[in-house]
Amino acid sequence: MKKIETIIKPFKLDDVKDALNRIGVSGMTISEVKGFGRQRGHKEIYRGAEYQTDFIPKVKIDMIVDSELADKVISTIAETANTGSVGDGKIFVMPIEGAYRIRTGESGKDAI
Amino acid sequence: MKLKAFTLVLLAALLSVPVAMATDAEPPTALTNKEAIDLVQTHANYLWTLVAACLVFFMQAGFALVESGFTRAKSAINIMMKNLMDFSIGSISFWAIGFGIMFGATTTGWFGTSGFFLSDFTPDGDPWVLAFWMFQVVFAATAATIVSGAMAERTKFTGYILYSIFVSGLIYPVFGSWAWGSLLNGNGWLEGFGFIDFAGSTVVHSVGGWAALAGAIVLGPRLGKYTKDGKVKPIMGHNIPLAALGVFILWLGWFGFNPGSTTTADTSIAMIFVNTNLAAAAGAILAMVVSWMKFGKPEVGMSLNGALAGLVGITAGCANVTPTSAVLIGAVAGIIVVFSVLFFDKIKIDDPVGAISVHGVCGAWGTLAAGIFNIGGTSASIIGVQLLGIAACFLWTFPAALIMFKLIDKTIGLRVSPEEELEGLDLSEHGGIAYPDFGVSTHGGVSTIPGSPNAGSTSFASSTKPVTQS
Repeated sequence: MKKIETIIKPFKLDDVKDALNRIGVSGMTISEVKGFGRQRGHKEIYRGAEYQTDFIPKVKIDMIVDSELADKVISTIAETANTGSVGDGKIFVMPIEGAYRIRTGESGKDAI
Repeated sequence: MKLKAFTLVLLAALLSVPVAMATDAEPPTALTNKEAIDLVQTHANYLWTLVAACLVFFMQAGFALVESGFTRAKSAINIMMKNLMDFSIGSISFWAIGFGIMFGATTTGWFGTSGFFLSDFTPDGDPWVLAFWMFQVVFAATAATIVSGAMAERTKFTGYILYSIFVSGLIYPVFGSWAWGSLLNGNGWLEGFGFIDFAGSTVVHSVGGWAALAGAIVLGPRLGKYTKDGKVKPIMGHNIPLAALGVFILWLGWFGFNPGSTTTADTSIAMIFVNTNLAAAAGAILAMVVSWMKFGKPEVGMSLNGALAGLVGITAGCANVTPTSAVLIGAVAGIIVVFSVLFFDKIKIDDPVGAISVHGVCGAWGTLAAGIFNIGGTSASIIGVQLLGIAACFLWTFPAALIMFKLIDKTIGLRVSPEEELEGLDLSEHGGIAYPDFGVSTHGGVSTIPGSPNAGSTSFASSTKPVTQS
């Protein structure tokens, strides 16, 4: 099993979620985060004082998938979340040791 | 003309019926008719004065929303408590002491010495003193609540309570007695010179503004507001719609503040209404234009302050300037307020809502303008008296407030500790969270990146030690 973490632009969330559902990803967790990579923020003004916003709101999606599905998930996200402009986000993949369903006690692939 | 005369006679005839019945069926005379008609005017005066007092009372809501909208979520409970208390404690303080000082009989012309605890009122006596007190207490409360904005986010609650007692009990009423004492039983030295301040650009707004200045100076700026090399790091308000709603409520309340100051239901209130609205509108527009020119985009904070600046600016002269003058007065106030806000930031006096600029500085401008644009014509002596009043207000209010705040600071302390400030006054002073369902995350409310804004409130679960600004 793999954990796939992706950081995307917030308005892309619905598109990515629908596309992932279609290829068989059955669950995910999202968090609202702020961050930057190469896409820096911009200058804003508040009551006459200028300031720079470096951190930009993003959405992070965490999902645990079958190792066989991982590549398809990655390509689906990359395709759907892509806008071509800087700040589209990143995808990270890491192995996980175990997964458990709390209600039934199932583990391993049955838990995801 | 004939219809008017007929209507009047009919009215008089109708009125004379209950009067006649009340006076044991004595036939109505011209005198009893006049008395009856005068009574209608008296009742109308009461009604108008008290309705206006309701409008001015509602300005407390306006102030609370403006202050909360322009400050961080982690201070929202504290702002509400301060606003609730400066009105409540102020009411009691003004009832007990302040009203007597402001409107009591005086031998010196510098303060009153009668009418404490509303002693002028007897159950079978003239209730006008009650209506007048009601109208005046909401004015006193307006002056008092101006200060909480400038002192937001770092003031100890107990210190602020003490302040509320003194500003409504002493500082505001003493100056008020100089300018308005004769409205009841007093006779101020300043009004004796012909000082014009119809609804209180100086009496209410400058007093509040200069007290706010004293408070902001004694407190010092919020942590992280100014960098060591003099840059301003904006601390963003957490809810601009709330702030805007607050401004609209204040604008509405001002329709009680200015026209209500006639305490008379007559046609003179029409021009006062119009002047009030025109000045506010002009102030908002000019402040927006100036911010647009200076910053490249029309800025909401400045525009909102501009509307208030216009309102403060017209408050002194609302009854003795033409509507055209009102537009000018409001426009100038809108321009002044933008530069004033920038100025106080430059000299590192942290005023989260611009109270000093809106009320202190524009209050002075409004008072001067009432002399310059006086309908009956202006003169060096008229302007001189206005300047005298402006100076007298500053020379009384600022030192008195400064001494009071310094005393409070030395005894129970005026400013919270840095840890309490970073954690947020809601938690540290009141043990609560204003928006418990929102879980807005934070880094202790101070950004570690220079030049970036400080945002956020404490999160519900957070108990991490905040990062201090280096």
